[in-house]
Amino acid sequence: MATTVPGAMPIPSRPVKGNHSPGEVRTCDTTGLPVCITAQKFVKLHAVAAVIFLLIGGVGAILLGLTRWPAVHLLSAEWYYRILTLHGLNMLIFWILNFEIAILYFVPTTLLNTRLYSAGLAWVGFILMTVGALMVDYIIFAGKADVLMTSYVPLLAHPVFYLGIILHAVGALIGVGNYFGTIYIAKRDHTYEGSVPLVVFGATAAAIIAVVTLLHGAVTLIPTWLWSIGLMGPPDPGWYRITWWGLGHMSQQVNVCAMVAVWYLLATLTTGAKPISEAVCRGAFVLYILFINVASAHHILVDPGVGASWKIWNTSYAMYLAVLASMIHGFTVPGSVEVAMRKKGYDQGLFGWLVSAPWSNPGFSGFFLSLVIFGFGGGITGVVLGTQQINIMAHNTLRIPGHFHVTVVGGTTLAFMALTYYVVPLVFRKEFYARGLCRLQTWLFAAGITMVAVGMSFAGSYGVPRRTWDAEHSGATFAVGVDPGAHVMLGLLGVGAIVAFTALFLFIGLVVAAVFFGKSNAGKAMEPWHVERAVPQAARSAHADPDHYVPGTVVLTGVFLACFAVYYFANWKWLADVWWVR
Amino acid sequence: MSIQTLQEGWFKAPVGAERAWIGIAFAWCMVMTVAMPYWHFYGKQNATGESYRVTPIEYTQRVAKFIETYQTGEISGFPIVEPPPGADAYLQAQMWKWTPVLKLKKGQSYRLHISSLDLNHGFSIQPVNMSFQVLPGYDHVLTLTPTSAGEFSIVCNEFCGIGHHLMTGRILVTE
Ligand code: HEM
Ligand SMILES: [Cu+2]
Ligand SMILES: [Cu+2]
Repeated sequence: MATTVPGAMPIPSRPVKGNHSPGEVRTCDTTGLPVCITAQKFVKLHAVAAVIFLLIGGVGAILLGLTRWPAVHLLSAEWYYRILTLHGLNMLIFWILNFEIAILYFVPTTLLNTRLYSAGLAWVGFILMTVGALMVDYIIFAGKADVLMTSYVPLLAHPVFYLGIILHAVGALIGVGNYFGTIYIAKRDHTYEGSVPLVVFGATAAAIIAVVTLLHGAVTLIPTWLWSIGLMGPPDPGWYRITWWGLGHMSQQVNVCAMVAVWYLLATLTTGAKPISEAVCRGAFVLYILFINVASAHHILVDPGVGASWKIWNTSYAMYLAVLASMIHGFTVPGSVEVAMRKKGYDQGLFGWLVSAPWSNPGFSGFFLSLVIFGFGGGITGVVLGTQQINIMAHNTLRIPGHFHVTVVGGTTLAFMALTYYVVPLVFRKEFYARGLCRLQTWLFAAGITMVAVGMSFAGSYGVPRRTWDAEHSGATFAVGVDPGAHVMLGLLGVGAIVAFTALFLFIGLVVAAVFFGKSNAGKAMEPWHVERAVPQAARSAHADPDHYVPGTVVLTGVFLACFAVYYFANWKWLADVWWVR
Repeated sequence: MSIQTLQEGWFKAPVGAERAWIGIAFAWCMVMTVAMPYWHFYGKQNATGESYRVTPIEYTQRVAKFIETYQTGEISGFPIVEPPPGADAYLQAQMWKWTPVLKLKKGQSYRLHISSLDLNHGFSIQPVNMSFQVLPGYDHVLTLTPTSAGEFSIVCNEFCGIGHHLMTGRILVTE
């Protein structure tokens, strides 16, 4: 037994009755949890692939940031669109999906004490994902797929482009299948008792949504590929947008789900937190599964071909019940940290627990910053921009990338970075160098991406379009005036891009140094990221109900709701001032 | 702990602040649920998605007829067309121009048809900052009432190839 992660509550040992073959399992020297050796191999493979695609996407990011900054305007038009295609796919699909498959292999095998269902399937999935991604990147660089990641028909790319995405998606689907197989054999072989842990529950929710998502991908891209090789007529442009966004938006819900599961995991690893109410957390994940399959509507709110009632019902996720789920997690996650910290004696005032939280642990700072950025930034803007009529003022402006760079980047990507500070010592069993830089990295990335998103959002409010090489439209027949305020905001975007890219590059450098040249910690516990001072029993105050005493979280969520309401109604007010349209 | 299995009896209803928050959050979701239908009936800005099938060839014919009927001038090689209030007006999107230049009256409403001859385009009126999607094969009808006068730009805000940033147009609104 025994944990040596300071600050974490001891994780009791349990009788190991796993289903591994001899020699196929090891006991984690830090947490005491069983680690399936086969699963560990594929976790490593997918994690390495993920980081490589993050690097490719990251180089794209800085080039794009410096192009959208009018004072620099780095790339040519041709290369701007090429790199935009590259950035979107490598980041949103290849980096995120690879990391998620790594999570899906790691979580059930370790927490349910089971072996991975099939090493063969895992190989097939990994190879398909990798080959598919390399095909896509190759054809983009060859200049034969300047269609952006959405490839709206009748834009036409080289067939290799569609085929690469299809292979990557099929590979991911096989990985998800392997996850379900693993859950199945764990249950069959009784490797655990009772109900699955919350993190497994959340990962399962993500996996279920992923299946639906990837099927939409197949339905959209297989006909498009057949068209590109001349076997079918062109798909209908309106139909294409609806089904493509069944892939595109729903995959964001996979990301949200996976990110929330990672929040719960990191809250436990870094502060020993446990959910205030398991029933509530699980119920919220169920709401995700039930209500987010309609989200493709968010992208077609000002489209022809679909009517107002369809748009209104679907964009609200059927009465905002998926939003409700996120708001619930937004309370229970910080609440669980607050309860854990207060119980340890960090009990001063409203926010003593937060001030004394292990900020020097990048696993904690990354997780908590991700929570704040996602909630205050991504969540609020997402609901507002996805309000059917308000979307008229936001569609295809820079407000849209402004929104998703604080969800999938400031939220999901940052949470995954934070988790990596545990994955490397626990799965690769290597220690990080330059631990001061590790501690700085999460803050730097959070600051940079927040600047990027704020710059984009405000520039978009001035009407600056997304996906446009030249915001000045210079050379166009009819000149378009650009507000000076928009220039300032595009400058902020550029500076933020430099900061965020620096942090991203630093992250990759630290990970590579640790994985390939780091000190092995096999046989002993990982070096702790933080050491907790014990608070003497005498200095602790007693609360009537310490398991539910969360005044700090109540204030935080109150402030959140106030910001939400102000931004929401302000946007209706702005909408009331534009031209009338029906 | 979120990484441990749960044994019998884990299911407990929420209490205290957590329970209150769920209630408040649900109430807020209901406020937002009501807001959109409310605005649909009482608000002045709605994207109803009214649209009809049309082939690019049919559409060019309608645009040509519209220009012929109501043209009043020319600017930078584009016809200026002034439909009477309440009439159907046509705008044609193609790589990389908007035809024609429309001249409208403030406070009057028009049935503005937009469609594309080739790819997706984005119909974005600046600086009022309103955007609508334009698809080939779909005749997208906006019942539009300009509420301010002046010279407005049309910007394409959906990627439509290398000349996408050059795709601008004009709407003139007189008092
Ligand atoms: C260093 C961090 C990053 C910076 C500075 C950055 C910057 C940018 C910029 C400037 C654009 C172009 C916006 C436009 O002109 O329309 C963009 C687009 C985009 N970014 Fe990022 N980004 C970063 C990280 C990420 C990550 C980690 C993801 C996903 C996980 C991501 C997903 C996207 C997507 C999906 C697009 C839209 C592509 C399209 O319009 O087709 N970005 N980003
Ligand atoms: Cu265009
Ligand atoms: Cu365009």
